[in-house]
Amino acid sequence: MASRRVSSLLSRSSSLFSLRGKDSFMNRGTRRYSNLAASLEDTITPPVKVQHTQLLINGKFVDSASGKTFPTLDPRTGEVIAQVSEGDVEDVNRAVVAARKAFDEGPWPRMTAYERSKILFRFADLIEKHNDEIAALETWDNGKPYEQSAKIEVPMLARVFRYYAGWADKIHGMTVPGDGSHHVQTLHEPIGVAGQIIPWNFPLLMLSWKLGPALACGNTVVLKTAEQTPLSALLVGRLLHEAGLPEGVVNIVSGFGPTAGAAIASHMDIDKVAFTGSTDVGKIILELASKSNLKAVTLELGGKSPFIVCEDADVDQAVELAHFALFFNQGQCCCAGSRTFVHERVYDEFVEKAKARAMNRVVGDPFKSGIEQGPQVDSEQFKKILKYIRHGVDSGATLQAGGDRLGSKGYYIQPTVFSDVKDDMLIAKDEIFGPVQTILKFKDLDEVIARANNSRYGLAAGVFTQNLDTANRLMRALRVGSVWINCFDVFDATIPFGGYKMSGIGREKGIYSLNNYLQVKAVVTAIKNPAWL
Amino acid sequence: MKNGKCNGGATAELPEIKFTKLFINGQFLDAASGKTFETIDPRNGEVIAKIAAGDKEDVDLAVNAARHAFDHGPWPRMTGFERARIINKYTDLIEQNIEELAALDAVDGGKLFQMGKIGDIPAAAGHFRYYAGAADKIHGETLRMTRPSLFGYTLKEPIGVVGHIIPWNFPSIMFAMKVAPALAAGCTMVVKPAEQTPLSALFYAHLSKEAGFPDGVINVVTGFGSTAGAAIASHMDIDKVSFTGSTDVGRKIMQAAATSNLKKVSLELGGKSPLLIFDDADVNKAAELALLGCFYNKGEICVASSRVFIQEGIYDKVVEKMLEKAKEWTVGDPFDSSSRQGPQVDKKQYEKVLSYIEHGKNEGATLLTGGNTIGDKGYYIEPTIFADVTEDMKIYKEEIFGPVMSLMKFKTIEEGIKCANNTKYGLAAGIVSQNIDVINTVSRSIKAGVIWVNCYFAFDLDSPYGGYKMSGNCRESGMDALDSYLQVKSIAMPLHNSPWM
Repeated sequence: MASRRVSSLLSRSSSLFSLRGKDSFMNRGTRRYSNLAASLEDTITPPVKVQHTQLLINGKFVDSASGKTFPTLDPRTGEVIAQVSEGDVEDVNRAVVAARKAFDEGPWPRMTAYERSKILFRFADLIEKHNDEIAALETWDNGKPYEQSAKIEVPMLARVFRYYAGWADKIHGMTVPGDGSHHVQTLHEPIGVAGQIIPWNFPLLMLSWKLGPALACGNTVVLKTAEQTPLSALLVGRLLHEAGLPEGVVNIVSGFGPTAGAAIASHMDIDKVAFTGSTDVGKIILELASKSNLKAVTLELGGKSPFIVCEDADVDQAVELAHFALFFNQGQCCCAGSRTFVHERVYDEFVEKAKARAMNRVVGDPFKSGIEQGPQVDSEQFKKILKYIRHGVDSGATLQAGGDRLGSKGYYIQPTVFSDVKDDMLIAKDEIFGPVQTILKFKDLDEVIARANNSRYGLAAGVFTQNLDTANRLMRALRVGSVWINCFDVFDATIPFGGYKMSGIGREKGIYSLNNYLQVKAVVTAIKNPAWL
Repeated sequence: MKNGKCNGGATAELPEIKFTKLFINGQFLDAASGKTFETIDPRNGEVIAKIAAGDKEDVDLAVNAARHAFDHGPWPRMTGFERARIINKYTDLIEQNIEELAALDAVDGGKLFQMGKIGDIPAAAGHFRYYAGAADKIHGETLRMTRPSLFGYTLKEPIGVVGHIIPWNFPSIMFAMKVAPALAAGCTMVVKPAEQTPLSALFYAHLSKEAGFPDGVINVVTGFGSTAGAAIASHMDIDKVSFTGSTDVGRKIMQAAATSNLKKVSLELGGKSPLLIFDDADVNKAAELALLGCFYNKGEICVASSRVFIQEGIYDKVVEKMLEKAKEWTVGDPFDSSSRQGPQVDKKQYEKVLSYIEHGKNEGATLLTGGNTIGDKGYYIEPTIFADVTEDMKIYKEEIFGPVMSLMKFKTIEEGIKCANNTKYGLAAGIVSQNIDVINTVSRSIKAGVIWVNCYFAFDLDSPYGGYKMSGNCRESGMDALDSYLQVKSIAMPLHNSPWM
């Protein structure tokens, strides 16, 4: 049920208000996480085998040049799932050579766009065919609820590829009016070899946001997965080749940021790098690009997104949506609504109900049905979140719910709610990337606009109101790349996503993402005796 | 079989005719009147099948179904992506039935079976796949209002119930070219195929059911223009009519729309398209393009290069080469893979083409080759080339819609442009030259919707297509085609305290 709730929230905003999970969070008397203990006792065996652990270079699975491997861990237990080939500079070089050759001499950019679109459509069919297997691998490696993987994320992976398959044969340059007797046209050419570095929180969706437009435009790619979650991309990479992708077009290098990631960002033969991850690493990527070959850079980085509950809000609905905005995916979303601004008129009721909702959140083995929250992805994140929780307590915020780990193994954290949070507290400024809701009080719109914008980030915002003027004002005043009104985390393939300020450079998804993977060439031809200009 | 003779014998198994009734609201139905009409095999004039003859009452029934499907049904209420999934499924089904569909068009329209398999039917499927990909890419815009406190945006809404009236020369491609963008836009529709070629449209109707379109989204009413076609054009509950056919009928459609509910009209009509061959052209290539441009699909194509203008310096060489190649332009049974030209679609067209050939002779044009019928049954005509054609001759001015080419000589670029534009039509034009200045000047100067440079019939899914002047008023194919099936709604509201305008 929980996952169905999440699923409908993600797939379309209009279904939000049919949810009303009142009985799931109105049980205010509950002070203990009654659903938790049982689900943590036994670890469910994932219904999938790991088939691929090597690097995927030039259409073949190969060991890393060094022969080294690294363990990828099960976040439910911290145990090793598999040893994965560890790519480094030499492997990135091999992958770039393959991608370069596939771009400079191979069929991919030379076939018709309609042919490319058919391969991408076939790939989407194969994803659907292998849905459950892919989803199980994703959950095993990442810890997110299996129902979320199987019913939302893997279908959305196919959805994004279908969307970009449809773009492949509709990428238009323009003919342009000139000031003189010139015929002017713009050609939208593929940019070349793209380096793509993706994060661990949505391994496959991030892969689709990056590969989809890159491939539709006719580029070739070297993709580095996050070291926490290398497995699902390798399976999907195999399916891409089964769909008919020529060798060398997509190369997947598993490995670490400082080695493989840095090699991509600083490579002289990569024409473009796209990165999703933390703002600190984004800065390094940009620096490496500037120091090497000035490759084009798009970045999708951190956030501290406001979720603004206005005074006219239906509190029950607002609580449910704000809860989803923060806790979805264990709070591991760059656009998480991590600053919940609530109007003073509804503040007390909101805090009370938000606390009750958090305490009713169903945390447990992500393979278990009905689970809303699994473990955090790894020990590092787990420790970082607990540290922020301590900061919250030490700085005087009121801990309403949670505040500690859950169980004795794996990386589970109690859904945590702070109220009375002040703007200058660390938990209101830094990206925590975990299940920690921070609730702040505001009086009027001018004030909340100023406070919401008082952040180095500018990724997203949620607005909860029935008032048209309030909605119209906030949507324009908030300095963020996405505004969700009476909904949150609506991630349709068609909707562009990206950040203002230090949340990033560029937009992904939608038609806008194509620009990241195209060069615009202006062709000017002198003409004689034009019939018109 | 070589030019001048016809073996006449069928060489492939004819398709079984499975669908002969109207397709309304997901069901195959007899016409309300119970009447039928005969669809004829143009190879021999024999009856292939009796088809339900739809009339006004049947159109009313179909419009009711389409209206209900639009006003209350799921189709326009699905997401673009959900529509795309069904359209993609439909495409898969068409691709699985290429052979049968190609055979239906070949037996019904005298079209080359081989060409149907590698050309027409895959192209029809391509249209559906292309617009499946377009269904989730129909963007309105947020606006930069000029008044200080307004916020505005546009919504692109499906226009509603569409009437499509399609011709017989490319039954499959025309069906797809009209139905696919209308589906992507979220419209529901009533399709009337030509009375000469109703068979494939009914097969497409059958596949639409299998693909999972909700009932009433696609309705097919077979019948005649003066009855079913007129009922569509003048219907008060149809929001838009899209017609491909002759300029004369196009005029009637527009009149019927004007005197009924002012429904939107898009017309793709006749042509008398010029092919200009300049002195620097490759002779072999020019000759090949001229023949292909004029004789492809037996000249039954609205963009046929029926006026070929050759610059004087190269005239003799191109004509010589063309006559040489015309001998290899084999006419014969469309199921015979060696045929390049089948029979004209029906007796009426056949006789019309022959009468134009007589006109050409009588008006003093020089008959270089062809001019005769072939065989003693069916509607076969020799590829025919007239030289010394002048601008006052009927064969220069009128659309013949058959394998009849008019050859003219010109001196300068300016003269070539003037000749090309000397027509009431403006559908397409071809230019053969390697000179960049010639190409750029001529392509901007010709008043036609499509210009093919050193190629002909370069149709493409992504390339809009339609006419200037009396060749029509719309564009089909490409993203531009969606506009025909969308309304633009502008929404404006007051805006307070915006930090930017």
